[in-house]
Amino acid sequence: MTQASPRSIDKKTIDKKTIEKSTLKQNALPPSINHNNKLSYRGAFNLVVKRDLTIALRHKDDILNPLLFFIIVVTLFPLGIGPEASTLSRIAPGIIWVAALLATLLSLDRLFKADHGDGSLEQMLLSPHPVFVLVLAKIVAHWLITGLPLLIVAPLLAVLLHLNEQSYGALMLTLLLGTPVLSLLGAIGVALTVGIKKGGVLLSLLVLPLYIPVLIFATSAIDTAALGLPYGGQLAIIAALFFGSLTLAPFAVGAALKVSTN
Amino acid sequence: MSYDLTINIIKLTLTVVIILPVAQLTTPLLSANNLTCIREERILFEQLNLQINAGDIVQIEGPNGAGKTSLLRILAGLSEPYDGQVYFYDNQHKQAIHDDGELFHQKLVYLGHLPGVKGEMSAAENLTFNLALHGLNTNSVDANLNEVNLLGFEDSLASHLSAGQHRRIALARLFAAQTLAEKAKIWILDEPFTAIDKQGVANLEHLFLQHAQQGGCVILTTHQDLTIAKDNLKKITLAYRFY
Repeated sequence: MTQASPRSIDKKTIDKKTIEKSTLKQNALPPSINHNNKLSYRGAFNLVVKRDLTIALRHKDDILNPLLFFIIVVTLFPLGIGPEASTLSRIAPGIIWVAALLATLLSLDRLFKADHGDGSLEQMLLSPHPVFVLVLAKIVAHWLITGLPLLIVAPLLAVLLHLNEQSYGALMLTLLLGTPVLSLLGAIGVALTVGIKKGGVLLSLLVLPLYIPVLIFATSAIDTAALGLPYGGQLAIIAALFFGSLTLAPFAVGAALKVSTN
Repeated sequence: MSYDLTINIIKLTLTVVIILPVAQLTTPLLSANNLTCIREERILFEQLNLQINAGDIVQIEGPNGAGKTSLLRILAGLSEPYDGQVYFYDNQHKQAIHDDGELFHQKLVYLGHLPGVKGEMSAAENLTFNLALHGLNTNSVDANLNEVNLLGFEDSLASHLSAGQHRRIALARLFAAQTLAEKAKIWILDEPFTAIDKQGVANLEHLFLQHAQQGGCVILTTHQDLTIAKDNLKKITLAYRFY
């Protein structure tokens, strides 16, 4: 009882303050302007990106798992095939890209599954913000967590595989444009399978065919660069895939999430 | 089973129309027309009509599997009904909820079975995110957490808190929404009292009454007996159907 009384007094004082605050605010601004300020697209976007990054930094598995997978796969190849530079440099673009693709696939599940499991996905669908803004924010956060680390370690791993000196620029550019495509297209697959308990196999089947064009054009660009030829054509196609999926995927994901939570 | 028999004998046509006796309060907030819901080839309810006005507290009753959650999800727009339409009212102007989802979502607070709380974030961070996501004022997070007796746990990670405390974090949003009379009028709450202690339930009931008096409405499911006076509380009873 003695503990309870100061607490209740405390509560009342806080209440009064907050009520005063809120009434002051309401008087200062007409309600319509007030809520327009709060419901900006950019505000919602930043809010979700910040939250997902906070969660990822506190739950480091999300960042480390795909990155470690990427590093392990790439470093195992020279051990398995042998250290001959000519062989390794021939297959290096393919190895790096296939490993990046599988690492992304490995991390996709976390994109919406946790949010679906604890109910925050429902809350996002019921927020006054358009779903595509929130979805785009989640995909951007996913790329920052999984795609960007791959991009950073890729040149180091390319050294291990004796990648042709002329190909480094092409490797970085294809990864920069290509890994966001993997996150964007993958998000559609995750959104479709999020309601299914064991959707892992289905997800791979759905998403891998969509990844094939990125893989083909990216490795082709790196090979062409190794020969000293211009690779702008392949890069342009990957850029087209990137911008196409950037504009369309968030809407597809939003629609798929609504179906999945139905 | 006598239970099965009685249910089969009673021909069930669920048509619930709520008409408020007090004329001054009949500002409709939410209405549904001819709702039919089918799950696993079983009709949960059909041709359900209802209108919920400002000041209503509606308790949806029924045995497990009768379709209470399905009804709430349909009213919130999370699920599509097999047939029928849900409408909301913006200044007496009737609109289907999917016509202007963003406006409807500003008026809605939905709390489902799952609290929507992230274990990796602290109680205050969770609440701040939830409030900001729904465009509510984030200045009074500490006061709102105090209302649900989580003062002192603001900075604890939610993964270290209990199930009841998770639910309290989710419910704290109601205390923030309640101060905004214009927005967030329609509260749809699925089992809000799960894992909440007796004092917490009493506080919530008080909050519901206050919200209703300020022109909001509360639609909830619970198996607990509410202490809210009968003239303030409306009930919709869904029966379990086998066909």
